[in-house]
Order: sequence, then C-alpha cells, then structure tokens
Amino acid sequence: MAKRVDARGLSCPQPVLMTLNEIKAAQADEIVVMVDNEASRENVCRAANSKGWSIVDISTKDDEYIITIRES
Amino acid sequence: MKGLKNIFAGPWGIIGVGMAIGVFAPLLQKWGNPGNMGVCVACFERDIAGAIGLHRAEVVQYIRPEIIGFVFGSLASAYLFREFRPRLGSAPIVRFALGVFAMIGALVFLGCPWRAALRLAGGDGNAILGLAGLVAGVWIGTLFLRGGYNLGRSQPTHHTAGWMLPLFMAGLLALLLAFPAIPGEAKNGVLFYSLKGPGAMYAPLPVSLAVGLLIGFLAQRSRFCTMGAIRDFVLFRQMHLMSGFLALIATAFLVNMAVGQFHPGFSGQPVAHTQHLWNFAGMMLSGLAFCLAGGCPGRQLFLAGEGDGDAAIFVMGMIVGAGISHNFGLASSPAGVGPYGIQAVVTGLLVCLFIGFTMRKRIG
Repeated sequence: MAKRVDARGLSCPQPVLMTLNEIKAAQADEIVVMVDNEASRENVCRAANSKGWSIVDISTKDDEYIITIRES
Repeated sequence: MKGLKNIFAGPWGIIGVGMAIGVFAPLLQKWGNPGNMGVCVACFERDIAGAIGLHRAEVVQYIRPEIIGFVFGSLASAYLFREFRPRLGSAPIVRFALGVFAMIGALVFLGCPWRAALRLAGGDGNAILGLAGLVAGVWIGTLFLRGGYNLGRSQPTHHTAGWMLPLFMAGLLALLLAFPAIPGEAKNGVLFYSLKGPGAMYAPLPVSLAVGLLIGFLAQRSRFCTMGAIRDFVLFRQMHLMSGFLALIATAFLVNMAVGQFHPGFSGQPVAHTQHLWNFAGMMLSGLAFCLAGGCPGRQLFLAGEGDGDAAIFVMGMIVGAGISHNFGLASSPAGVGPYGIQAVVTGLLVCLFIGFTMRKRIG
C-alpha cells in the first residue's frame, strides 16, 4: 500500500520535509506525493533521488502534480 | 520548452544563473549603481520607499528599475512556461510582519543576502560578519522547520490577485517615466530624488530595467534563492541552490578584479559600517525572517511575479519596513548603527521567535 503525502498549497521546504519524513518512517516502499507547483515537483524529485528513491510516475491533473516514488 | 525547463532545474542551470548575476551586478556598479550594490533587493526597495515618501532619508530616494524588472522578468517567464499560478492565503499578516523585520535587520547590516555576497566579492570584510549572521539566522529557522513550523496552505485565487504586485510595479515605472529625475532638483511631481549619496547613483534606466528583466526571468526558471541555498544545505545537505549562490560570489569577485572594483579591507568600504556584532545580528534577524517566510527578498519578488500573493505581501512588508527603519532611526549608516537599531534587532528577533514557536500546528 502506497503512502500518500498531500503537500498541495505548501511551498518548499514543506513538501520535501514531508516526503523525507515518510521515506524515513520506512512504512512503505512506494510514496505518492501531491504538489501544486513546478518548483515543489522539482524539489521533491531531487530529494527522492538523493535518498536513492526513483521517480516511477508523474501525472498532471489540473494544476496539480502527482508524483509516485519507489525505493530503488 | 520542456528541454529548457530541465536545463534550468539542473546543476548547470542554477550555476549559470548565479554566474549571470555575478557578471551583471558588478557591471551595474560600473554603469552607475552604488559601490558593492549592483543589485541589493533590500537597499533598492528602501530607495523605492524613499522615492514615494514613505521615509525622508534624503540620500536614499530612487525608484530602482531593477526591482520592477525582477517582477516582470519572473512574470514573463511564468506565463511563457505556464507557471503563473495566482495563489494566496498562507498567513499573509505574519508574512507582512516578517517582511518588516527582514528589512529592519537588513538595514542594520546595510544589505540583503545578495548585497552581502556582492560586498564580499568586492573585498568588504564586514560582509563576512553579515554572511555569518545570515547562516546563523537561517540555521535557527531550520530548527523551527524541523519542529513542524509552517505558515499553512495557500489557496488558488483570481488572476487579478496575482497581478496586484506586478501592477504596483507597473505603477512605479509609470511614475518614474512621468516624473524623471531633473538634475539638481530633489523632487519632480510626486517623486523624491537624492542629490547625493547612494540614491543619486544609478545606472541608466533602460540598462537597469533590462538587467532586472533578465535576472527575473532566469531566477524564476532556476528558483534561485540565497536563503534557500543555506537552508537546503543545513536541512538536507543539498548543494543545488548553494552552487548558484557560490557561483554568484566567485563570478562577481572575478568581474570586480577585472574592472578594478576589488578593494579588500574593513574600513572605508562603500555603504558599510564596521560594528561587527551588529553586522552579524542584523543579518541574523534577516536570515531568520527570510527562512520563516520561505525565501530571500529576491525569491519573494520572483514568487510574486508568478502570482504568489503571499510573497507580494512580504514584499510590501519590506517596503513599509524600510519606511519604519528610516523614520524611527533604526537603519545604520557608514557611521554605525542608528540610534534605535539595536533595540529594533532585539525586538525583531523576539517577534520571529514568537512566530517560530507558536506556528507549529500540524498540517491537515
């Protein structure tokens, strides 16, 4: 079961902090992060990569990005 | 477009942007801007506050086209890449207060983080104290961030709201064109001008505006942020934004050397004082306020250009803060800190700590 992080309406570093907290909690090997701006999308992807997680999917809905990351 | 997007988000993108700023800021000094002040967001917003009479410090009154350019460069980039997203509602009054105190701290040091970098690159040793204070302030801010500090979520809003700060900037440009400087006159129409001091030193309007537009465009693309550079390194050991900030300092140093603007030393530096403790403490207050507000003063302008109404409120807080600083004798001068500067820094730190400790509600 993938963990969900809803970081919509939040600006950095909050989306990154929330994502890293979930990675650290290690309760899931897949995390779905929702953000609503391009800068947060870039930052979440960069942070996930730096922790050895890979970006599985990024889908766009309206002005929102749904990023799926998985432990490599 | 997609490729261009990725270039700027990558390591060479941010380094390239830092280098571009590092080239143009010292050149703006060569072309007329004050010493080690090619670009200073705090100083320039303070000059704008003076030009429209929010304070009456006669030596710092000029509508700086660079600031207008920053906002419109970012706006153009945001529209071009479909990133203009009008939003607001994330604790605006708190952001206003943070903007006020960020400016008060910056004017005790005499510069924002951008100018601290340019002062260092120009050989001003006092900048070391300022940068150390900036790091200390941002570090305190990261402790709050780790503890759950946040300003809450913003909400999408009308395009009109996102356009408010760009329109304010357009109004300033219109005033500058309608009432240009007249040699030897301290006032034209509604605008105040400086006859001497840093406010009387400026590059030609088209040059300032063009450089501002270019930097605004590039910085929106790359998310360039001087506070974020330090914050991300402290929080995540991430060097992405830091590499841009360091590239700015290194490039500005080389350009200063090339054009004969590097003058190492502590005393006699342009628009600077040598009270080390207050250079440190002023910038510490600023760094903490920027960290709690989520961006350096430049980044706040670029965010405002993307339609972020909360960042716009922070900008207005800084402009009002400049008025308060000079009207109340809080701002420093080359002679040293102002008569009430020290009390203001202490007050500002207490206000920031209060905000940091109390706004820790979990995000729903």
